[in-house]
Amino acid sequence: MNNVAFILIAILTLAAALAAASLPKLIHAALSFAVTFIGIAAFFFLLGAEFVGLVQIFVYIGAVAVLIVFTILLTRRDDEKDRGFNWGGVAIAVAVFGGLLWAIFKTQSLSIAAPQIETLTVKRIGEVLMTGFVWPLQCIGLLLTAALIGALILVMEEKR
Amino acid sequence: MSGDFLDQIFIRVKQWLLSWLAGAPDWVIQIASSLINILALLGVFLTLFAAISVLERKILGRMQNRYGPNRVGPFGLFQPIADGIKMLIKEDIVPARADKIVHFLAPILIAATAILALGVIPYGRNMTPFAIDGGILFFFAVGSTTELAVFMAGWGSNNKFSMLGAMRAIAQMISYELPLIVTTLPVVMVVSSLSPDAIVAAQDGYAFGFVPRWFVFTPWGAAAFILFFVSGLVESNRTPFDVPEGESEIVAGHMTEYSGFKYATFFMAEYIGMFAISGLGITLFLGGWHAPIRALEVIPSYAWFFAKLSTLLFVYIWIRATLPRTRVDQVMNFAWKFMLPMAFACVIAAAVWHYAGRGVPGWLWSLGVIAVVYFTLSILLDTRKKFARRTYRFAE
Repeated sequence: MNNVAFILIAILTLAAALAAASLPKLIHAALSFAVTFIGIAAFFFLLGAEFVGLVQIFVYIGAVAVLIVFTILLTRRDDEKDRGFNWGGVAIAVAVFGGLLWAIFKTQSLSIAAPQIETLTVKRIGEVLMTGFVWPLQCIGLLLTAALIGALILVMEEKR
Repeated sequence: MSGDFLDQIFIRVKQWLLSWLAGAPDWVIQIASSLINILALLGVFLTLFAAISVLERKILGRMQNRYGPNRVGPFGLFQPIADGIKMLIKEDIVPARADKIVHFLAPILIAATAILALGVIPYGRNMTPFAIDGGILFFFAVGSTTELAVFMAGWGSNNKFSMLGAMRAIAQMISYELPLIVTTLPVVMVVSSLSPDAIVAAQDGYAFGFVPRWFVFTPWGAAAFILFFVSGLVESNRTPFDVPEGESEIVAGHMTEYSGFKYATFFMAEYIGMFAISGLGITLFLGGWHAPIRALEVIPSYAWFFAKLSTLLFVYIWIRATLPRTRVDQVMNFAWKFMLPMAFACVIAAAVWHYAGRGVPGWLWSLGVIAVVYFTLSILLDTRKKFARRTYRFAE
């Protein structure tokens, strides 16, 4: 059953990714991109990484996809103009894909059988975050707070 | 044990249904079990939707000193059937310049996400349709997809009212999602679990033998519940906060270009979203399916859940009948300047409550934290204009 699910999700994700790369209308491409994110989240669920999958949906659909869509909306100029096929983009994509493939096949961990690990609960992740990774966590918190304050200052009305 | 039998009757029915598949392979049983859950959820909540659509109009009518629907069936109770038939046979109009696919997909996506969110709420003892470890996270992850659906509706319609409505809806939803999530944080911290079942289990029992240990009876819980309820009101686009579809300003917001069954789907999604957010509020703060008094525990757990749900829904309708619509900028200011700091205060108050031993001293300390933040905020946000004495001029 897992294999069937894997193939179905893979087909959906790849089709959505292809659509995102080739659809002429920018908004359609952005929405297909969101479907790709859902597919990736489904892979995480399939692997038993529930938390990562949920965060994937949360961050990428709830925030990144909405951000992309808004960016397109606010900067929309010539969405009807067909710019032709972007061969440069294809070259870069193939290069990145090749690089990733090369890196993945070079790792040794592929040949080792996966050790039986207990299912990762949200509680365990929380404990690790608050003990071993507390400094990175605080740094990210600081960064996000700075971003929030920066956004506020950008939109603040100028007092005269 | 007739009480226990009644309490678990739906579980038994499900087991009985599954016993027909005794010899089948595992995955068949798994899928059948999920399907039973899904059908039960849809059956219960679509019936509830039909009931609330007529009850809301009846209650609104009562509060506004008029009759409400009373033509179809006894007391107008068959009104939902008439409405359903009307919606189904209405012409489905799609604007000529609309983006057909996006326009078509938006109501489907919005209804699907609303229904998905219902899946993780515990409706009774052993009655969580899909008990996953990060249930609370699932709820919000699915809920955040709604924004994309609203955007699709607004953009796909190719209408400026739709787009304006969608922009308002998204701005409002993103702003209030923050206090909504932050107010669930104290509960998650105190229970130290993201699973709705664990949260309900933590609210079992009675303090001093008669006060139920629901989180709403702690200062931080009460404050967080009120904030959660208001944010929920905004997330489900109900009146005081229905700016996205303010009829008097922008026709019907992102639903302007929808008619017939697609409009009904939006309408349904809105109500289902309301059920889901109320259900989560009950789970987090109102003790889930626990009875308020020990003597009443003989009444089945799901009956308590739905009693609480009905009460909350009545309050929703009550508020709709009472309050006028807020202005866009007021809604946003309220979110960022009041709701968010108060939500963070709840987190701190919950921590104080925990470290002061969860007893009476903790109760007082957390009340102190909430009170200090509340009064500081109300002084800082005081926008009352200092009026000078009014002078009148009359024609001579």
